[in-house]
Amino acid sequence: MKQIKAEDIVKTVSELCIKSCTTLGDDWWQTLDEAINKEESPLGKDILKQLQENAKLAAATKEALCQDTGVAVVFLELGQDVHITGGNLYEAINAGVRKGYTEGYLRKSVVNDPLIRKNTGDNTPAIIYTDIVPGDKLKITVAPKGAGSENMSALKMLKPADGREGVVQFVLDVVKTAGPNPCPPILVGVGIGGMFEKAALLAKKSLLRPLGQRNELPHIAELELELLEKINNSGIGPQGLGGRITALDVHVESHPTHIATLPVAVNIQCHATRHAEAIL
Amino acid sequence: MIKLTTPLDLDTVKKLKAGDQVRLNGVIYTGRDAAHKRLVEAYEAGEKLPVDLKDQVIYYVGPCPAKPGKVIGAAGPTTSGRMDRYAPLTIAKMGLRGMIGKGLRSQEVIEAIKQHGAVYFLAVGGAGALLSQRIKKAEVVAYEDLGAEAIYRLEVEDFPVVVGIDCHGNDIYQEGIKKYKVG
Repeated sequence: MKQIKAEDIVKTVSELCIKSCTTLGDDWWQTLDEAINKEESPLGKDILKQLQENAKLAAATKEALCQDTGVAVVFLELGQDVHITGGNLYEAINAGVRKGYTEGYLRKSVVNDPLIRKNTGDNTPAIIYTDIVPGDKLKITVAPKGAGSENMSALKMLKPADGREGVVQFVLDVVKTAGPNPCPPILVGVGIGGMFEKAALLAKKSLLRPLGQRNELPHIAELELELLEKINNSGIGPQGLGGRITALDVHVESHPTHIATLPVAVNIQCHATRHAEAIL
Repeated sequence: MIKLTTPLDLDTVKKLKAGDQVRLNGVIYTGRDAAHKRLVEAYEAGEKLPVDLKDQVIYYVGPCPAKPGKVIGAAGPTTSGRMDRYAPLTIAKMGLRGMIGKGLRSQEVIEAIKQHGAVYFLAVGGAGALLSQRIKKAEVVAYEDLGAEAIYRLEVEDFPVVVGIDCHGNDIYQEGIKKYKVG
């Protein structure tokens, strides 16, 4: 049995919080270059260039890309042969978030209660999802999620008879209703199947997939490309000021479901497809 | 490119058209959900307001904390629609002239903009690090306990915005999307 120290988890999570809020992946840079080439609106092109300039500046100065450094959503893949020593796993994650958001000068955006709404002051608690997997490693992914795009997300329980067409229509409706609010160009995460909560989690997890990478299932990959084309025909464009590039990509994940239902969840991510991972 | 210095009077705002690119200079105030709620509650209770908003511009932003030696952290616009409930009153009763944010506004806000000669500016959402460089001074002037949501007095230099909704009610979102929609 492999031993992993809680203090190493604290340190790793702290670093991942800062890294994810200040830098974007190679997939993002490549996708943005392509988007700038494709964008027909001069204002849209200019906005995309400003987003690249912003990302360069953030990486160079370790300043946050966006002031909404979000809620720290943490995905764990915990090997079943791992033993955590010297502390509690979830406490270690929260201690890492507290350290990262404080030392990285990141905004603390968590309130203690949805109705009382007092800021917790250190961006905890994190939202943690754990999968138990074979092996003796712990993979930690930190994906800070801001509210501007999260607020434009939606879920609907379709009927099986609504089928693929119903899914396409719902995704397009959500994107059009969102319009300029989630800071397009966006990444559209879609979860179909499972049950109510499973669809939402699939949509959220799909945001971690690199931009430009298709689902392995051919019929889902095809759905992704059709949605991307239709979304980019909406005319919403960068910042919603009109243009060709409304979405940088569409990621769809699916799961077996009940004979009588077709859940669809759409989780919108702003242009900053922030996440960082480490394996202990 | 239009250069403007705050405070903004009615004549200046009347000349602005949706889509105009503007560089703002001078003092602007920050305010978002929690600060607006307190301002409106204070007004309704007949209390003196902590800032005089007549002819001023409010920037809907909750910045990151400043690093040592820096003026402010990342400071891009937040979604304006969350302030729609408070904006008509701040325009009509407190004399607010301009707002900076991102995203759609309600019909009530557009009506207040038209009726009182106000303007809604857009800044690039997500460009928080870049926009923070145009902020030369920042100090909390009210509701310090709200942290990032406190009201800050900012001094800005050539702060880049686009006129989103002008005082005649023209809305750049409607016009821009129409132009690039396919089918």
